[in-house]
Amino acid sequence: MASFHANKINPDRFSFGQWKFFAFLISLSVFMILPIIFIFSQALKPVDELFLYPPKLFVNHPTWSNFAQLFSVSNVAAVPKTKYLFNSIIVTAAVVFLSIVLCSMTGFALSKKEFKLKKVVFEVNIIALMFVPAAVTIPRYLVIEKLGLTDNFLGHILPMLSLPVGVFLVKQFVDQIPNALIEAAQLDGANDYYVFRKLVIPMIMPALATVSILAFQLAWNNAETSSLFMSKETLKTFAFYMSTLTTTTAMENNIAGQGMAAAAALLMFIPNLLIFIFMQSKVMDTMAHSGLK
Amino acid sequence: MKPTTVKAIKNELSAYAFISPFLIIFTLLVVVPVVSAIYLSFTDFNSIQTPKFIGLTNYVNLITQDNAFMMYVLPNTLKFALLVGPGGYLLSFWLAWLLAQIPRKSRTVLALAIYSPSLTAAIAMAVVWLVIFSGNASGYLNNFLMSLSIINEPIQWTQSPHYLMPIMVTVSLWNSMGVGFLAMLAGILNINGEMYEAGYIDGIRNRLQEVWYITIPSMKPQMLFGAVMAVVGTFQAGAIGVQLSGANPTPQNAGQLMINHIEDYGFLRYDMGYASAVSVVLLIIVYGFSKLCWRLFGEND
Repeated sequence: MASFHANKINPDRFSFGQWKFFAFLISLSVFMILPIIFIFSQALKPVDELFLYPPKLFVNHPTWSNFAQLFSVSNVAAVPKTKYLFNSIIVTAAVVFLSIVLCSMTGFALSKKEFKLKKVVFEVNIIALMFVPAAVTIPRYLVIEKLGLTDNFLGHILPMLSLPVGVFLVKQFVDQIPNALIEAAQLDGANDYYVFRKLVIPMIMPALATVSILAFQLAWNNAETSSLFMSKETLKTFAFYMSTLTTTTAMENNIAGQGMAAAAALLMFIPNLLIFIFMQSKVMDTMAHSGLK
Repeated sequence: MKPTTVKAIKNELSAYAFISPFLIIFTLLVVVPVVSAIYLSFTDFNSIQTPKFIGLTNYVNLITQDNAFMMYVLPNTLKFALLVGPGGYLLSFWLAWLLAQIPRKSRTVLALAIYSPSLTAAIAMAVVWLVIFSGNASGYLNNFLMSLSIINEPIQWTQSPHYLMPIMVTVSLWNSMGVGFLAMLAGILNINGEMYEAGYIDGIRNRLQEVWYITIPSMKPQMLFGAVMAVVGTFQAGAIGVQLSGANPTPQNAGQLMINHIEDYGFLRYDMGYASAVSVVLLIIVYGFSKLCWRLFGEND
């Protein structure tokens, strides 16, 4: 038994035997977050430090000037950058909200309701897990165009809404709710809508938190719908603006632009990070039920 | 009899009420595009005139005429997929397992650090990598290697056919600890401790046996989910080469993957029919690899 305790997985406390794991994981973590530390420091560097030779990783005299420059209106297109940010926020909020609604409704029906197409819908959703949207960009463009959604906010939102992973995770999570509980509510006269609203939704909050994170990342980081479906500059999102910054810096190798690009990258990254930190225990809770069978 | 049928129909209708919003959007934006991609792949279509049916010509051209595809794009895609797919997958299992060996608080912090690259958008990361791999002497990597006197001249990392692919693989691996990694970590942590206890009574002696005989069999469903996510993530990651080199096609096709090839033909040359044929081939490849994962990790083997 002694050997068992020595090899115990998921330990409660630190013991000296774990030092190898710590040594390795800490050095690897440093490697993983190095580029992110780099964005932080690059975003805060004043122009003379961006030009510095040899380059330094850490910033000496941090300033907000890159952010100020990022939001100055002196762009050729004359669209204030806050407009891009505003568009991103609207699109992301809509996508997150609607994804939660769609995934929870579908996941509930797939788990707890009996209907003819149930097996088919679940199978199709599993196949869709393997779907690579980039592979059908062209027909998707044609569909969006036929629906008249180019230069329309719905053109940003609709393509982000079919989230097979979300439906799958919610379905697996609803499976954990005992049928007896739902039957008891039905005996008391509750209809499906009531069961869904008052019973299922409160119990699947962790799964919904996870769906909202996935949907948030998808929508917030998405530059594709702007470049494909939007021709009006005022309808494009911050992620798209960010991608124009990186391509121009790549072309001209313009060092002052690098500070701005890093500032924009930081603005893209921070919300993702904060949301994940706040909800990570819920995510892990959802993932525990995420197995495919 | 009658009340039960009414009840059954009601039940059926209410079920459809719940799934129809998803089903409509799903059909419009996943099913219809896939079906039309299959149709367009048999046509000659320049996105302005109506598609002209030409049978299998696109596929025949893809196999016989398209030198870039056969010589670079397909081998690159397979090479990239084989390195990043299984590589990222093994790495995420291994890291999840390592993380499971340490106590909760420190695990949360380190898991966050390892997951954080997956939280960053690909476009945002291009900023960082472009500065690190910048081709002149003030690029971070060049500067570092020159200060160690490993190289004398700055290397044009992202423009060089030799280095573009390895850089793409490194960046994608760095970025690959996504949903699958989280699922595997949760899977490992949820294995009942008594399983290990029983294993030790039955004669397991070391950690390797523990992983092989207990950990992996107990989390097969999560392993499969992680594998499918790895396959999709790998084929999704293709844009990185174009972002790093700033050109499509990438210099001398060194980092050209199928996704870039589709964009090149579809949106730069407006040969939509041909691009659709490439898309269909890509979808078949992704589906094939996912099925392979099913074979390897499925429950009923």
